[in-house]
Amino acid sequence: MAGIPHDHYEPSSKGEKWIEKRLPIIGLLYDTLMIPTPKNLNWMWIWGIVLTFTLVLQIVTGIVLVMHYTPQVDLAFASVEHIMRNVNGGWALRYIHANGASLFFVAVYAHIFRNLYYGSYKAPREITWVLGIIIYLLMMGTAFMGYVLPWGQMSFWGATVITGLFGAIPFIGEGLQTWLLGGPAVDNATLNRFFSLHYLMPFLILGLTIVKIWAFHTTGNNNPTGVEVRRTSKAEAQADTLPFWPYFVIKDLFALVVILLVFFAIVGFMPNYLGHPDNYIEANPLATPAHIVPEWYFLPFYAILRAFTSDVWVVMFASWITGGIIDAKFFGVLAMFGAIAIMAFAPWLDTSSVRSGRYRPMFKWWFWLLVVDFFALMWLGSMPAEEPWASISLIASAYWFAYFLVILPLLGVIEKPLPRPVTIEADFAEHYGPDEGGGPGTGMRLPGEKSATPAE
Amino acid sequence: MQGIPELIVSQAEDHTEATRRDFLYYATAGAGIVVTGAAVWPLVNQMNPSADVLALSSIDVDVSGIEPGTQLTVQWLGKPVFIRRRTEEEIAAAVEVEVDSLPDPLAFNENIDGAAPATDANRTIAGPDEEVDPEAAAGGEWLVMMGVCTHLGCVPLGDGAGDFGGWFCPCHGSHYDTAGRIRRGPAPRNLPVPPAAFVDASTITLG
Amino acid sequence: MIRIIKAAIAAFALGSSAALAAGGVGHVTDYDFPFEGPFGTYDQNQLQRGLKVYTQICAGCHGLKFVPIRTLADEGGVGFSEDEAKAYVASEIFVADETANRHLYDPQIDALRELEWTDNFPANESAGAPDLSLMAKARAGFHGPANLGINQFLNGMGGPEYIASLLTGYTGEEKEQAGTVLYGNEAFPGGWISMAPPLYGDDVEFDDGAPADLESASKDVAAFLMWSAEPKLAVRKQMGLVAVIMLGLLSVLLYLTNKKIWAPVKRRHKVEPAE
Repeated sequence: MAGIPHDHYEPSSKGEKWIEKRLPIIGLLYDTLMIPTPKNLNWMWIWGIVLTFTLVLQIVTGIVLVMHYTPQVDLAFASVEHIMRNVNGGWALRYIHANGASLFFVAVYAHIFRNLYYGSYKAPREITWVLGIIIYLLMMGTAFMGYVLPWGQMSFWGATVITGLFGAIPFIGEGLQTWLLGGPAVDNATLNRFFSLHYLMPFLILGLTIVKIWAFHTTGNNNPTGVEVRRTSKAEAQADTLPFWPYFVIKDLFALVVILLVFFAIVGFMPNYLGHPDNYIEANPLATPAHIVPEWYFLPFYAILRAFTSDVWVVMFASWITGGIIDAKFFGVLAMFGAIAIMAFAPWLDTSSVRSGRYRPMFKWWFWLLVVDFFALMWLGSMPAEEPWASISLIASAYWFAYFLVILPLLGVIEKPLPRPVTIEADFAEHYGPDEGGGPGTGMRLPGEKSATPAE
Repeated sequence: MQGIPELIVSQAEDHTEATRRDFLYYATAGAGIVVTGAAVWPLVNQMNPSADVLALSSIDVDVSGIEPGTQLTVQWLGKPVFIRRRTEEEIAAAVEVEVDSLPDPLAFNENIDGAAPATDANRTIAGPDEEVDPEAAAGGEWLVMMGVCTHLGCVPLGDGAGDFGGWFCPCHGSHYDTAGRIRRGPAPRNLPVPPAAFVDASTITLG
Repeated sequence: MIRIIKAAIAAFALGSSAALAAGGVGHVTDYDFPFEGPFGTYDQNQLQRGLKVYTQICAGCHGLKFVPIRTLADEGGVGFSEDEAKAYVASEIFVADETANRHLYDPQIDALRELEWTDNFPANESAGAPDLSLMAKARAGFHGPANLGINQFLNGMGGPEYIASLLTGYTGEEKEQAGTVLYGNEAFPGGWISMAPPLYGDDVEFDDGAPADLESASKDVAAFLMWSAEPKLAVRKQMGLVAVIMLGLLSVLLYLTNKKIWAPVKRRHKVEPAE
């Protein structure tokens, strides 16, 4: 794996040989678990395990919730209350599932920004990055549809607004919207299909996650220096890396447990903090809530959607040049999806030959401004669509696009980077002192653990 | 060459050091297993009957409108329950039967001992403000039984159906008598008597 | 640009007072409740008083259709015994709105059957009043500042506080609008509510002799409505505490394990990172 020279799994017992000859799954799992990993990974590399754990958590809690939920407009809200009040531990399963979605998005945003800072999207990891964007889109779809299922006021009206966006697409919009809804408005047909798709999509995410692991195991992990693991000899590779098990499994588990501690504190003590009280009111198609607000993780893109009103010059220009086909509503939709799609092009928009932001002094400022911009957009998404928030949203949205379309391409040309360490080993030694022999992790072996290779 | 005492001491030291080093790993793994178990249990327990289902494990039935010779069928735990107020003739017919000759000589009544014979008295429940005399051959008016044939689960027809004046199961031809006992046909057991008792003059509690 | 910044500052500053006039949030008093905080639980006596207020004052117009009556006997809540709950069903609560309770219809008697303790509280749509089962979670009493969510983080969502503030917040004024009478209320968004003041003080006499003035009764019924919305509050917080302790212990063990495994790789002396 990863083209990094290392010892591979050799089946030793008769049983192992019998299986390996027929299906080399033990070897696959073993080599995956023991993959040489850059030894200088920092705490921003733990989000992968958090994401994987949360996906499994959501699937498992989701499956048990479905045992008690009824996807029909007259019964859905009551079935959720049945779960909360009657099902053994149902209240816990519901709160874990609802807050689990938030945990999923906290982790994915931390993960995405980690990748943006350390240049993990750059060659040869473009496919890993694009797979990630696709997974992110699937996550958004899954979360959106899942939120509709309890059939509260926000469920219904959020569904109405977002499906309405598809109606903004010129020519095909109305037909597309009707097709999506299964009728003229959000109703039982919509609820049932959202239920089906909400059940399906996490398994698509699971499949793509496995492909993504395959992808970054092929290229090898990135690391904070952006300097690649040496592949010229096994000894050098061993100086740059440590086997994933036990070093990074234990490190990841520690981080995961700390994060779960916070998560269960929220579930136990403030489970409704991230939600919206209006969703405890049964859906009423005849009464619109005062403020329709999506869940927090959609807010930045919601702000971008609303920022492009008909009085914005770029909207007016687009409308003029397309003869009115692109109106403000459609422009907002394009901007919202465009803001996500533009991220997929980062590997080709970023012209710098330096991978990690650690060694890019100009880049750092713009990057952190993007982080601030992201939180600003999140906050702006919750504010009413009036001045001065509308103008500020426009500026914040403009910066988002400018970062990818203007700044990343320009920086590669004009920035003078700092010197990078020659090897990962050198970077690690700088922080922790040189490795005084003994090779990769031979000092500690967990009880019962066989030696990594027959050679040892 | 190490002497025996040195060998023992050095081995003991190795063992101690190994255990000290391993203790942390075992403790961590153990704590991990406990946390995982605590997480898995609710996932299993949620499939156990929920509070609303458990609440209906015991229901009260108003029997004030039942005249002798009539029957009420209620649903309890998803199955029909026959509540019949028997006439004198029905009681007499049941008492005449030789218990030992029955295909199922046991009472199959959850309110009394499992080994009790299927006398008419052991098949009925005490009426309001009455006590069942286990020595007596004749039971009371009130017959409460699960309306599920003990063969393969069909609901037998009642009101004097079948050759023995009780119930008849149309699926495979089982005949039950006026005390709900199997007399002829493939059913192996008498119709079961569930936990049932009068709580006041007009109410029977099932379960 | 400067114009936008000035407008932003002004919007912050004028926040709440302008919002009320414009139909925004009302004034909510931060009443104390025994179930607040990570270790708070319900006060059984308060819930029983609140139940009495609901039964005698509110149930005439407001249903509680998601709450099973038998939960009155559940742990961590109102604390009735099974007999007390059955007595409550038999004599105190009744179906005020037949059309909203068709699930009780019995074709054999061609009428609604008697309410049993295994049923939920009856629904009530007769006066167009919202069901109260989830009202304490369907309203946020606390907001902001400026949508930052700090208030809710520190003080809770404020649902029961909102309910108690609404009940005590009537100004006494009335007005008529499009044929409906509206009553002035400081807590209700927009300032005018279509519900006439349901409590005036001393509306109900409590068995435990507790005060029945307007504020006490309002808080009691608000607490009861919080239980209606979140009957599992006590066991939820208990689970939270157990989870935090167990995960805390596990995280300490994992921290030490991690340190131990990495020690020979990292060596003891940490060299200062070169600039």
